[in-house]
Amino acid sequence: MGFESRVLTGVHFMQGNYAAVEGAIAAGCDFFAGYPITPANEVSEGMARRLPAVGGAFFQGEDELCSIYAIAAASLAGAKAMTATASAGYDYMQEGIEYAVAVEAPMVVLDVMRCRGENFATQSDIMQVRWAAAGDHEMIVLAPSTVQEMFDFTVRAFNLAEEYRTPVVLVSEMSLALMRERLEIPESSSVPIVNRKRTTKSPAGYLPFQAETEYGVPDFAELGTGYRVIHSINPHDERGDIEWEPHAFERLYKRITGKVRENRKKISTTHRFFLDDADIALVTYGSEFRPCLDAVHAAREKGIRAGVLKLDAPWPFPEEAVVETASNVGAVVTVEMNMGKYAGEIERAVCGRCRTARATKNLGTPHTPEEILSVIEEVRT
Amino acid sequence: MSAPELHKNGNPLLKYMRQNKLPHFFCPGCGCGQVMSAFLRASEDLGLDLGTMVGIGGVGCTARMPVYIDMDCLHGVHGRTLAWATGIKLHKPETKVVVFAGDGDALSIGGNHFIHAARRNLDVTYIVVNNFNFAMTGGQVAPMTPDGAVTMTTPYGSSEPPFDLCKLAATAGATYVARTLTASPPQMTTFLKNALSHKGFAVVEILSQCPTHFGRYALGSGSPKNLVEWIKSHTVPATAAEKMKPEETAGKFLVGEFVRTDRPVFRGSTLYAAAPASCEGCASCGDKEATS
Repeated sequence: MGFESRVLTGVHFMQGNYAAVEGAIAAGCDFFAGYPITPANEVSEGMARRLPAVGGAFFQGEDELCSIYAIAAASLAGAKAMTATASAGYDYMQEGIEYAVAVEAPMVVLDVMRCRGENFATQSDIMQVRWAAAGDHEMIVLAPSTVQEMFDFTVRAFNLAEEYRTPVVLVSEMSLALMRERLEIPESSSVPIVNRKRTTKSPAGYLPFQAETEYGVPDFAELGTGYRVIHSINPHDERGDIEWEPHAFERLYKRITGKVRENRKKISTTHRFFLDDADIALVTYGSEFRPCLDAVHAAREKGIRAGVLKLDAPWPFPEEAVVETASNVGAVVTVEMNMGKYAGEIERAVCGRCRTARATKNLGTPHTPEEILSVIEEVRT
Repeated sequence: MSAPELHKNGNPLLKYMRQNKLPHFFCPGCGCGQVMSAFLRASEDLGLDLGTMVGIGGVGCTARMPVYIDMDCLHGVHGRTLAWATGIKLHKPETKVVVFAGDGDALSIGGNHFIHAARRNLDVTYIVVNNFNFAMTGGQVAPMTPDGAVTMTTPYGSSEPPFDLCKLAATAGATYVARTLTASPPQMTTFLKNALSHKGFAVVEILSQCPTHFGRYALGSGSPKNLVEWIKSHTVPATAAEKMKPEETAGKFLVGEFVRTDRPVFRGSTLYAAAPASCEGCASCGDKEATS
């Protein structure tokens, strides 16, 4: 089939969904289960073609539930596992994500956000991907803006999942998932690969949910290798025993939350565009970054000093980057493709340091630069 | 082993259990302990190494068994046991996986996964303890509650006909299907040994007593003995049933082995799965078992 290579080094004109497939396989993904749903189907279809050719396993689950639990269990058996779905399918997967959080199973979930039953572009799942799973946790969510980032962030999603032993969610929108643009895939030696740390202890001395530090990540022992671990969603102690003593499982909740939250500066990278002299800062993520940059150029042509803070990872919330930006501008404008969700979190962090405004809409497409420009002009006055 | 020896040396199966988790939480008279014993005896007789096996339990009384048994365990999500099992078997086919499910876990919330695992001939042992109700949650109606039975959510009697799990498994494509009961420990152990030795989707339904809920609500007695007697009086050996008239077997559970066949097990969409039947497996096509 001509797909024997894991890393398709070279320049491609590729669709966003396929770029996620190539990013996953370059990152070492060897297990994928998914259930058909538009506009995420190209991910499953690409995986079905590519994974067996590089020695991985693919199957189409009978539903989203089967898919999400299959990847969680495959991960516990040592796989680098992934699924892809769209908003409604993501709804179904939440308990499985909660399970992966609880047993610290690394895995990657791609949610191509769509408007409920219809395949319009939207960012209305942005709060759902943070909090949906029950129980205390902090989710890592990456939001690529270009097809190149779709590839790069998928690699990064696998690496973060392995490093922190937690599910990582990638969000895209139909506007990115089905768009084709230039993608440059590097040499395989240039693709960064992180593998979860495996225990070197004997089964007798191994505590599966004990980390070396308060917010650390425990070493991994693969299923079927004699470690006899209980991987339960129920509150458990360091041994993995189901624990009814509240202080014991609160330690677990604190660590599971803290290992992500306390590392937010490393995880939630941001990029600053034209912010050094800016009076107005747009804050945005995903597809919405694209018109923002155009709007900034248009504003500057009109003499308005605008800039953009682009968030690679909306979650964990990049508190410090938002606060620092808000401290140096006259106004912060949140740009997102929904009725105003992430904007609430931005405004909480800004906390009166400057004025705030929102460019929000849910019309099935990203904002036009003109729409954003009109909000910039409004907030300037 | 005689009773005095047991008393002196402790239960010889205790060494296979997480003793720090005991006592278990099963009610007095519950059949789960008997099923656990039969499973451990079957594993011991077959010389299985529990340390390399994965036990899976969803939610419910039965689902706790792999938490008590000293083996790798996935636990705590209702009805998704076979989805977990599929992930493990596709990534690491050499791992032996055993699922412990109650009737609610198996056929109510987990019913869709059950028929698909059977269709695919997923290579796992599926032990279904049928106590005719949702027991852990307090005795509600379940997909195998007998027609007309009183439960906490059918106070005027159930109006739903029950599933026949074995017929469903056989129709959906399971390659080993058997039904037994806790009142027949030797048969229970034999069927579990046959299931554990089987390559493919092996289903063993075990009729079991829940005196705390099903006994009290449906039969009006919390006596384990009365409930076991009721189960016994409602079972007929499948071999005997062949010679009986339909009216004699109506409302009875047939007990025995119904299906024992071989067909390829599920491997997902791998190159191995697409290989011709004559392929014997090799490292180059990704078949991790590389059979001869």
